[in-house]
Amino acid sequence: MKEILSGNEAIARGAFEAGCRVACAYPGTPSTEILENTVNYKEIDSSWAPNEKVALEVAIGASFGGGRALATMKHVGVNVAADPLFTLSYTGVNGGLVLVTADDPEMHSSQNEQDNRNYAKFAKVPLLEPSDSQECKDFTRLAFELSEQYDTPVMLRTTTRISHSKSIVALGDRVTGLPEPKLVKNAAKLVMLPGNARVRHPLVEERIVRLGADGATMALNRLELRDPSIGIITSGVCYQYVREVLPHASTLKLGMVHPLPAALIREFAAKVAKLYVVEELDPFIEEQVKAMGIAVAGKDIFPICGELTPGRIRQVFAKAGVIPADQAAPQPETAAIPLPPRPPNMCPGCPHRGVFYALNQLKAYVTGDIGCYTLGFMPPLSAMDTCICMGASIGTATGVVKVVPEEERNKVVAVIGDSTFLHTGINGLMDMVYNNAPATLVILDNRITAMTGRQDNPASGFTLMNDPTNSIDFPLLCKSLGGKHIRTINPFDLEQTRTVLQEEMNRPEPSVIITNKPCVLVKREGVFQKGPVYTVEAEKCTSCRACLKIGCPAIEWRSGAGAKGKAYIDPLLCTGCDVCRQLCKFDAIGRSK
Amino acid sequence: MSDQVTNILLVGVGGQGILLASEILSETFMLAGFDVKKSEIHGMSQRGGSVVSHVRYGKEVFSPIVPEGEGDILFGFELMETCRSLPLLKKGGKVVVNDLCIAPPSVLMGQEPYPEGLVDRIRAGFPDVLLVDGQQLATEAGNPRAANTVLLGAVSKRLDIAEEFWLAALEKMVPKKAFAVNLKAFLLGREL
Repeated sequence: MKEILSGNEAIARGAFEAGCRVACAYPGTPSTEILENTVNYKEIDSSWAPNEKVALEVAIGASFGGGRALATMKHVGVNVAADPLFTLSYTGVNGGLVLVTADDPEMHSSQNEQDNRNYAKFAKVPLLEPSDSQECKDFTRLAFELSEQYDTPVMLRTTTRISHSKSIVALGDRVTGLPEPKLVKNAAKLVMLPGNARVRHPLVEERIVRLGADGATMALNRLELRDPSIGIITSGVCYQYVREVLPHASTLKLGMVHPLPAALIREFAAKVAKLYVVEELDPFIEEQVKAMGIAVAGKDIFPICGELTPGRIRQVFAKAGVIPADQAAPQPETAAIPLPPRPPNMCPGCPHRGVFYALNQLKAYVTGDIGCYTLGFMPPLSAMDTCICMGASIGTATGVVKVVPEEERNKVVAVIGDSTFLHTGINGLMDMVYNNAPATLVILDNRITAMTGRQDNPASGFTLMNDPTNSIDFPLLCKSLGGKHIRTINPFDLEQTRTVLQEEMNRPEPSVIITNKPCVLVKREGVFQKGPVYTVEAEKCTSCRACLKIGCPAIEWRSGAGAKGKAYIDPLLCTGCDVCRQLCKFDAIGRSK
Repeated sequence: MSDQVTNILLVGVGGQGILLASEILSETFMLAGFDVKKSEIHGMSQRGGSVVSHVRYGKEVFSPIVPEGEGDILFGFELMETCRSLPLLKKGGKVVVNDLCIAPPSVLMGQEPYPEGLVDRIRAGFPDVLLVDGQQLATEAGNPRAANTVLLGAVSKRLDIAEEFWLAALEKMVPKKAFAVNLKAFLLGREL
């Protein structure tokens, strides 16, 4: 049985076939679809955790309880989960445990392009790197087996091009005969007090040495001898690019990138005249090969920044004289035509739009966070001044008000979405209230984790398996953290939004404002409802362009209409949110009759 | 079966149904016995940004993305996005493009006009251009929303894959109640 699967779908399939019982994650591009697919296998308990640290801890518990467990996250999520990861390396596992890190070279949807292979070396755990969907499935299965065989968590690293590319996969059956989970006490191995941890650490060191030695004979590390004049060590999607660009070159395809199989690398180096490493981001393989005393070319000719592509690799090898210069890259037939850009935008009817319009009008200094609302940075809203990582908005605001002159403190506003607040924002608010920082926090509660494609979270009232559950009460939560000034607003009411923002910004104490309108993309019945659409009455439109200041994709400026142009509202896109009507001083915008 | 890999690029605006079209293409090629890979970027691009999907098939496909300047067919869902991706096409590459303009933010806000003469600019570099009024033909087929399927039909005509595989993929990938209209739309496109 064959199917075309994305890398993420194939990892989910691999987990199913491996007998995985528990899968846990916090959504993050490009990893999200793994859990959205494990949920289709009833044998796997799949759940969204509030953040990656909790997701890994749930997987750890499932492993300790004797079941195979999967935790998945985007690259920056591993920063959040790093604390349990490093000590899990010491305890080892009971049921196999696989941690998927989905990296994002080129930053298609991320704030940095950190290379998470470094985490495997840092935490001293093995890391596998598949190069297509078939390997995503096969390596996931293998990772569970290695995890139990070597008593270690195993990392599986994808990149955006692996997670989001599709290729043909041969499916297998779910393994049977795995031990049934049950409570088994083993405190000396699992309670990492110093005395116990000191016993475990040498075992970790011995384990990684053993894995490096065994790696030389593992089938996932593959020596492919072709033309002996050039040898390329590579892994992941870069293997595919190398085969595309230099089909005759010899390759050492590494499926396990940490620890490196030193014996196999020496064997390969001895068989080829000139050795290269082709890898994206850091010189992770290259530096270790050099440390073995082997001469190799790598980042001296390849870029560290951004992803590689067949074209970029071809250019580098042409410049290095490996391929004839005239085959460097086909010259484009047409020069790129200068065209208006098409950046992403908040949806028509997005409840964030009015808030950012008001923040812009109030000339606030906005510490931002990670989510759709980061698009509040874009013109014409242009109302975001900082954005670092999940949950950072609140601590950043607290820090800013500690140093700026008193008369500027009332300008500082943190904005954060519901899911991001629950991820790592709660501690920030706890600190802001505890240390009495006079900043204002706006929680943009749209009932969903929107940016990654509408995932449920602890405030949306449903689990990943679609079971109804508790929905967090934000005002109550903020009150319990010590908040004294907590107000809920309708973000579609511009007057109210602006007034409440101004009042709370002026208050020399911490305060919280919570918006209460759902994401327009929430499909669950009764959450988002499209209202009657709006139209522009051409006779009343004075061409003032005030309605364009919110950047709604449903509003179009028609320069040919009338003498000076007029606004037009696309009835197919309008959701009836009413924000543009409030901007029109001439009553030209109203509900369609 | 030749060793040649065929490269198709699907380009347009987030929300236009590019993903489904690229899935139907991939399924067709697999059913026809080829190796297939496809790749696109999800995430931020879903919020109305530019989308490029790569589909490649042949005896054995390595890279999931089409090497720059090696595209055989550019399957455009929107005119400006089609122009933006022309550098991905090889010399003599074919273009099948929907006659549709979707204004980007700067145009919506009246800061600049939607560029004119795009079809001529495409023809200047790539003479083999088929401009399709997808919505009109889809309306004839029974539903203006089947415009993508009309275009898919036109693309299918430019590839050497037997009709049975296209129809089998359509039947598998399109919701049952929409199949009749989509079949009609596909066959209309195939006549172009």
